[in-house]
Formats: sequence, C-alpha cells, structure tokens
Amino acid sequence: MDELLQFLIAGLKNGSIYALVALGFTIVFAATGAINFAQGEFFMLGGMLGVFFAGLGLPLPMAAVAAIAATAAIGAVFELLAVRPIKGGDPLRIIMVTIGGSVLLRQMALHLFGPDELPLDPFTEGPSLKLLGAAVERQTLWIWALTGLAVVALALLYRRTTFGRAMRATSIQRDAARLVGVNARAMVTASFALAAALGAVAGLAVAPLTQASFHVGAGMGVKGFAAAILGGLGSPVAAVGGGLLLGLLESLTAGYIDPLYKDAVALVVLLVVLFVRPQGLFGGSGRVKM
Amino acid sequence: MSLLQVRKVTKRFGGLTAVDDVSFDVFEGTIKALIGPNGAGKSTLFNALTGFDRPDSGSVVFAGAELVGRRPRDTVRAGVARTFQNTQLFDELTAGENVMVGRQARQRRGFTAALLRLPSALAEDRDARAEAGRLLRLIGIEEWVDVPAADLPAGIRRLVEIARALATGPRLLLLDEPAAGLNATESRELVQTLYRVRDAGITVVIVEHHMGLVMEVSDEIVVLDRGRKIAEGPPRMIQKDPAVIAAYLGEGGDDDD
Repeated sequence: MDELLQFLIAGLKNGSIYALVALGFTIVFAATGAINFAQGEFFMLGGMLGVFFAGLGLPLPMAAVAAIAATAAIGAVFELLAVRPIKGGDPLRIIMVTIGGSVLLRQMALHLFGPDELPLDPFTEGPSLKLLGAAVERQTLWIWALTGLAVVALALLYRRTTFGRAMRATSIQRDAARLVGVNARAMVTASFALAAALGAVAGLAVAPLTQASFHVGAGMGVKGFAAAILGGLGSPVAAVGGGLLLGLLESLTAGYIDPLYKDAVALVVLLVVLFVRPQGLFGGSGRVKM
Repeated sequence: MSLLQVRKVTKRFGGLTAVDDVSFDVFEGTIKALIGPNGAGKSTLFNALTGFDRPDSGSVVFAGAELVGRRPRDTVRAGVARTFQNTQLFDELTAGENVMVGRQARQRRGFTAALLRLPSALAEDRDARAEAGRLLRLIGIEEWVDVPAADLPAGIRRLVEIARALATGPRLLLLDEPAAGLNATESRELVQTLYRVRDAGITVVIVEHHMGLVMEVSDEIVVLDRGRKIAEGPPRMIQKDPAVIAAYLGEGGDDDD
C-alpha cells in the first residue's frame, strides 16, 4: 500500500510536468493546426536559463521569472522569424520548421551553456515530508503548485479575458475573427510565447530534481507529445488529463514491471492511441475546443 | 455631411466587370439598402467597402479617411463593421462570448499585458460581460446569452452576428442579406432590430433580396444591375422607377417576393 502510494506520487509528479508540456503542444495546435516539435526545447530552456540567471546572482524567484519571460520571448521570436513567413500557414511546413528549430535551439544552448548537467537549488530546502507514510520531496509540492497555478492562470486567460477569447475565436474561425477586428497573426505569435512559457515553468520546476542540460528537450518533447495525443489534441483539459495519466502509467510500469520499460511506455501509448482512438481519450469529435 | 462616400468604384474579375463605376453617399443616422438582381455586384461592392477585396479603381471615404487598401482588421478599427451572407459565428463559444470577441477590436491590450496584468484583465472582463448583455438586450435576444452558438436557431444566429458586429464599436454597420433564411416573424423582429440600431446612432447599409423588408426599413435605396447603378432614391421613388422595374422583370421577376 505504501509502495503504491509512493508510485502514485512519483507518477503525478512527472505527470504534472508532462501536462505542462502537453498544454504547450495543445495551444500551438489550436492556433496553427500544427505540432510544434520545438516544444521540448522550451522545457530545456526554462531549466538552463533558470540556472543561468541564478548564476548571475539573482535570487531564485527572480531568476525563475526571468527564465520564463526569456523563454516566452524566444518562443515569440521563433514564431516571427521561422513560422510567420510560411505562406498560407501550411501545418506540414510549420512542423518541418519546428523540427529544424528544435535542433537549432539545442545547439545554441550547447554552445552558450556547455555540455554539462547544471544543478539548480531546490525552491525550498529541507527534508522530505511524510504523506500517509509515503515520502514527498518538497520540490514535488512546488511542481504541483506551479502546475496548478499555470493551469488556473491559463484557464482564466482563455475564458475570462477579451484577449483569451480572441485566441479561442481565431482557432475556431480565423476569417470571422479578423472580421471583428482580431489580429489573427498576433494570436499565433502569442500562442508560441504562451507555449514556451509553460514549457519553461515545467523545465524550471523539475531542474532541481533532474538537473538542467541542453539535451533534455527531445525526450521531454516525445513525452509531452504522447501525453497530448493520449488526452486528445485540441483541449487543455485533455492535455492535463493525458499528462497525469502518462505519468502514472510510467511510474506503475517502473514500479511493478521493470524500471527499464518506463520510457517505452510513452511510445507504446502513442502508438496504441493513434491506432485505436486517434482523437485521444478525452477528445470528442477531434475539433479544437479551447 | 455624408458618413460614407463611395466614388467611381470599379472591380473586374477577368473579363467581367462586377462593379462598374458606382458612386453614392450614405448619410449618418440613416439606413441605406443596396438591391439588384442576382449577379448585380452587390456582394462584390460590399467586399470592396470592407477591405476584403480591393477595387481596381475608385475610392471609399469613411468619416474623412480612405478605406481602399486597408486590411479588414483596420477597417473594423476605423469604425466599419459587417456581417456575412452565411453567418460566421464561433460555434464553440456561447452567444455572449461571441459578442465579447468583438470587443477586441477596440482594445489595445495585448498578450503580455493580459498575462502579466491578469487581475486587471479579469476586472475588465466584468465590463465586457455587462456590455455583451447590453448589446444582446438591444437586439432583443438576451435570453440566449449562455447558449453555445452551435445550438442557436438560424434567426438568433443572425442577430448574434449583428450584436457581435456592434461590439466592435462601429459608426457604420454593413449587413449582407440579414433576412436570408428567416421566417416572417424573424424578419419582422429584424426590422425592429434595425430601427433600434439606427436609433442608437449607428448608420446601416444592407444588401437584401427581401423586397418587403427593404421597402419598409430603408431611408434610401441604391439599385445595381450588372454592376452599374441604375437608380437611387427613397423607396417610394424606386418602386415606380421604370429602369428598376425593367431590370427585375427582365430577369423574370424578384425571386424572393
């Protein structure tokens, strides 16, 4: 029983991170109809830039905010330079460009910050807490808190602000949105910035546990993508559900079958979902519902 | 002083001149109708007025500013709103949310501001809701505010689209066949709505096939035939105009009435 609880905690910890990355996939997909394969690199940049700003002597909260803002800015610039010039916004070309962009961002991080794994201090020092006999690292609580905060802020932005409604409107019907004065192109830029910020939050939150490194983006990209597909692309609720579920599946596989199979779970899940239920577990009609 | 001055607008598609040297004025606070047989160039002219199509020559001056060459978004921001023949609502949003999207046109608040100043963006949202409610009341459909657009009856969808156009804060509202597909009751409600919109100080231009509605609601009518303006004047005059009668009879009569 204690063992199961421990697995569940680990699963929900990783699952929260996957959920944030999956949300990034979902947001860009809603705006462009394309998969942004650079999403994992935004996760990587969050951790690396967090270490970088902390290394400059900034206190951790400020370093975290700076890293999130810088990653969001990189996301926006990436869209402006590489995605916006694509004629007609063809999703297939956007996908190709994001694959190229992911390689570029990874190599740039390698040259700027070096090949080493870089440590980041835990957000709060101290021993693990006990929860019903299971140990919970303090950083895990931070991960849950930050994920919850990011999801709530995103929901409020989408549901309760004029800007968020304009983003949803653009993803539903681009021409009609332009007709009522919405700058549809700016909405695509904003979606990349927002997706990058969410990736950065995930990268920062997990860096004290795993260390930051230039090469962690690709693996996380696969996990986040699998989570988004598992839940059903197009809905934020589905992305969060898919992320948590993938985390739990991995953790239970590692605990009860073999830790070696942990990373294979995401790929198996991806294949099974695509074969059996391409719209995902929580995606209804396959239409975008932000 | 006219609010909208259309001068010598011409639009060709290949060998076809869809709109041929058309000029007219729209005076502030009036309802003006564009009518004509099918293929007369009404929708093409409409698109030219709102930046969706650039005319080959001519000018469209709204409140002293040239509209030709502007993007649809900038036309909206200048104070010209329009609806389409086939209603384009955001189906996954509620009627109220659809109307609130129109507000974006009047806002300079960008993404960064919305995110960094989420509390103030949320506070502003109360105004947006109140305004959406007010506009839906003006149109007379406030009871539909929380219904997803996909579930609205056709007549109500049309009216929601008008409310959404009004949310952009226009001085001029262009309606492309607002009565198409409406039953008699809905058409009567539409007439009342148009009066209320005009009485709220908004100038209206409609393209419409439904002749009864046009004759009832318009202050002035422009008649197009094969791209050319063949008549202009108040409804009573247009009804007796020999050129207009010939144009409609020549086509086998009006297909809607």
